[in-house]
Amino acid sequence: MNTSSFIDIQNLSVGYTSRSQKIIKVLRDVSLTINRGESVGLVGESGSGKSTLALAAMGYFKRGLRALNGSVHFNNINMLGLDHDELQKIRGGNLALIPQNSGQSLTPTLRIGRQIAEALRLHSGLDQTAFDDRIIEILSQVRLPNPAALINRYPHELSGGQQQRVAIAMALAGQPDALLLDEPTTGLDVTTQAHILELLRDLARDRNMAMLYVSHDLGAISRVCDNVVVMYAGEVVLTGSSRQTLLAPKHPYAHGLLTSIPRLKQKELPVALDGRPPMPGETITGCAFADRCALADDQCRTASPPLTRLESAESIRCFHHDKIDQLTTSSQRVKQRKAARKGTGETTLGLEDLAITYAKSGFLTQFLSNSPPPPATVDNININIEKGETLGLVGESGSGKSTILKTIAGLISPKNGGIILNQDTKLTAKVEDRPSMNLRQIQMIFQNPDDSLNPRHTVAQILAQPLRLYFQLSGKDLHDRSVKLLEQVRLGEHYLSRLPSQLSGGEKQRVAIARAFAAEPEIVLCDEVTSALDVSVQAAVLDLLNVLKKERGTTYIFVSHDLAVVKAISDRVAVLYQGRLCEIGPSDAVYQAPFHPYTDVLLGAVLEPDPDTAPTLSADDVVELSPPAKGCPFQRRCPKKLGEICENQTPPAQISNQGHVIHCHIPLKELH
Amino acid sequence: MAQAITHQFEKNRALTVLKDLVSRPSGAIGLSLVMFHLVLAIISPYIAPFDYKLQNSSLMLSAPDAVHWLGADHLGRDVFSRTLMGGREALLVTGIATPLAVIWGGFIGILFGLVGGRLDEVLMRVVDAFLSLPWILKMLVIIVTFGSGTAVLIPTLAFFYGVPVIRIARAATHDVIARDFVWSAKARGHSRISIIWRELLPNVLDALMVEGAMRWSWMLLAFSSLSFLGFGVSPPTPDWGLMISDARGFMSFAPWGVIGPVIALSSLIIGINLTADALAKALGIDRAQKAPV
Repeated sequence: MNTSSFIDIQNLSVGYTSRSQKIIKVLRDVSLTINRGESVGLVGESGSGKSTLALAAMGYFKRGLRALNGSVHFNNINMLGLDHDELQKIRGGNLALIPQNSGQSLTPTLRIGRQIAEALRLHSGLDQTAFDDRIIEILSQVRLPNPAALINRYPHELSGGQQQRVAIAMALAGQPDALLLDEPTTGLDVTTQAHILELLRDLARDRNMAMLYVSHDLGAISRVCDNVVVMYAGEVVLTGSSRQTLLAPKHPYAHGLLTSIPRLKQKELPVALDGRPPMPGETITGCAFADRCALADDQCRTASPPLTRLESAESIRCFHHDKIDQLTTSSQRVKQRKAARKGTGETTLGLEDLAITYAKSGFLTQFLSNSPPPPATVDNININIEKGETLGLVGESGSGKSTILKTIAGLISPKNGGIILNQDTKLTAKVEDRPSMNLRQIQMIFQNPDDSLNPRHTVAQILAQPLRLYFQLSGKDLHDRSVKLLEQVRLGEHYLSRLPSQLSGGEKQRVAIARAFAAEPEIVLCDEVTSALDVSVQAAVLDLLNVLKKERGTTYIFVSHDLAVVKAISDRVAVLYQGRLCEIGPSDAVYQAPFHPYTDVLLGAVLEPDPDTAPTLSADDVVELSPPAKGCPFQRRCPKKLGEICENQTPPAQISNQGHVIHCHIPLKELH
Repeated sequence: MAQAITHQFEKNRALTVLKDLVSRPSGAIGLSLVMFHLVLAIISPYIAPFDYKLQNSSLMLSAPDAVHWLGADHLGRDVFSRTLMGGREALLVTGIATPLAVIWGGFIGILFGLVGGRLDEVLMRVVDAFLSLPWILKMLVIIVTFGSGTAVLIPTLAFFYGVPVIRIARAATHDVIARDFVWSAKARGHSRISIIWRELLPNVLDALMVEGAMRWSWMLLAFSSLSFLGFGVSPPTPDWGLMISDARGFMSFAPWGVIGPVIALSSLIIGINLTADALAKALGIDRAQKAPV
């Protein structure tokens, strides 16, 4: 007990009583210690219990959950023995939480200054008169520009990144010694995320804070944390320094997680971690990971491995951690997973001078204000997509990438320009006017399968819709075809009768993919199809898309904010900013110099799960609400801006090699 | 094997919801109260110990005893027999009017939700203005004009109680049509009718079912209130609202005339409300989560 840590969780089990009066454990005998000034990353797939553990560290349990056994100490205070008032003094003061979606955690009707003042009033013991100075001090600590003006703003007037900074500022108001961070950068753009992480890292260092950082993003963990705890099915399976864990993971699960992350330097698709974790309440005999583990043998399936401490100061829950090298070699063997390459040279879809506008000011406003209409959301997009190729569209939120997809699908009408299918058919703007034949040829897969599958339809009904509509199938033909489609997405026939709520996230997305391919499309539009999935599942979905493409020669337009994912799957990549094309070319060329300055900024901000790489932050993470009226779209944030020419003249298309085009005023030679 | 199990699960969503419903205390109590009243309404003419019309001046306002369990009213009629039969008319009228209200209100609400935009806003303000008038006033105008028979009461109740349903159906429609599965169906080229029928309706129906149960209890209360005011059931047909109205003058010295119908009416309404609550939870659309603070 003399080595008592700052945050000390011992043998904690957390669970709930189900309606059938069974006790279901969400956390099983978890121990976790964090010292002063130490930052620990908590990793695992969704449902692994990582958020529950982080909240338990502050003595909080979600409704229905309770501690079954074990202890939670913070600063030698027993957090499980305190009553509500005592806990409240500690929470937000000495021990602060920064939640995932800060936009929702700020009160929309209170000005930023008032919200922080409240935290000060509760936790700082400062005199009321000193509040204003202190608020400005904290706001500048989190590197928010012009804090004096910000005090009077409301949360909705700030961007997502700024809101997250305010949430951090509120946490800092109580001068905390420990921070709990629950996915604090999930949902933010890459550049914003990189900035926030740098901020957290510096804060932790300057103030010697203990941090518990919960994330599924190993890139973020590698940037911020000294040590990593990997959780699986409510258990700790591996703890160690982040360097050891990320470079040479000793547990097969951690190994699988790491190999399933697509990386910029990798040429092939990442290797998927098959299967799914056990649900809480499922009976587990032996090792919980045995079903998904390539090293598993009879011992693993009958006895549950203890958490053993290794000489390297790592703790590991695995019988075969000494055989982990075999895994590395076996996964290296699947190198032929290289994305199926390249089209036939024949253009299948042409976007000509495409312009799309959302802003529709009313007749009266236009008449009264006499101001020019705002610039189009998407403008001047000219891309020819070859049959059988995969075109990746990347950019931050607001770059218009999803808008372009919806326009191709006919869900949004363009203001200008045309969409030409197979070089001869000009597609009508509205989906209602398109002939059934053309509708069938273009199918779309959406970001979130929870939203794109009707919760009241069974898988059979979901698949029947395109089959009935396009091929008039019914009866046995319909059933056989549906089964075949499920097989193609690696799901069994028994899935036909399930409802979406009875499927896991990855299974749902597979069904959505099967539905798109039921139409036997020529072009499939993928809108952030892996963003809502765990990395392990993401790899499997990417692999599936790749296999389907190999078999059928389908053309993909793949939209994502994740540059590594786009690189892994695409033949060509187009980089968009504010609805304008910055750069387009073969993916290898785009990810190499010469770069468009924006591509350079994006690539610099990418976090890789590698402790030896650091992001370079070359531009501010401001969010622009509308594109500039003329000149280069990136002019306001560009770190390499030349001057007036960027503001007035549309940048020329400079051709580098093999069709690699960069829209920039700076000569190609200087764009390295 | 696995197929058979999952198949069964999905085919009988209604059954699963029902099982969930009765497994909740509120659902079990509520549903048994409702069932009790429904069964009673059917069999009461055969089990009532006395004729509800039978007047006996020697029994006027007599207290409960072994023969007349709930005493007698001011005309010397057996209160117990009248209470047993007092829900028949109310259940019949509201039992027909409620589905009618949900159907027309749901139809219009979904239509407004689909139309959207400015027209929808304008129409909803009309609905709001309509709802801001006290319902009893509006209904009395109709009943005074057309009379108070069942043939008038059913369409009147159905009309007035369908208006709030518009709001619910419209809100549910707005929630559903913004979701990606509707966009997905649209992008595939399904017809508007097919999208409404297959994608929208199954998702709006849950909300409508719960709303229907709530409307039913409100409507019962309204019907009894009308009877209480003398605009509902005409004597001598027994009705709880009318019985309460008749007996309230003697409440200070003969309270038994009120107690029977009051307990009957409130138990039925509580039963319906409990069922509606549990139904919302069983369908997973309950919004009344416990507040965290």
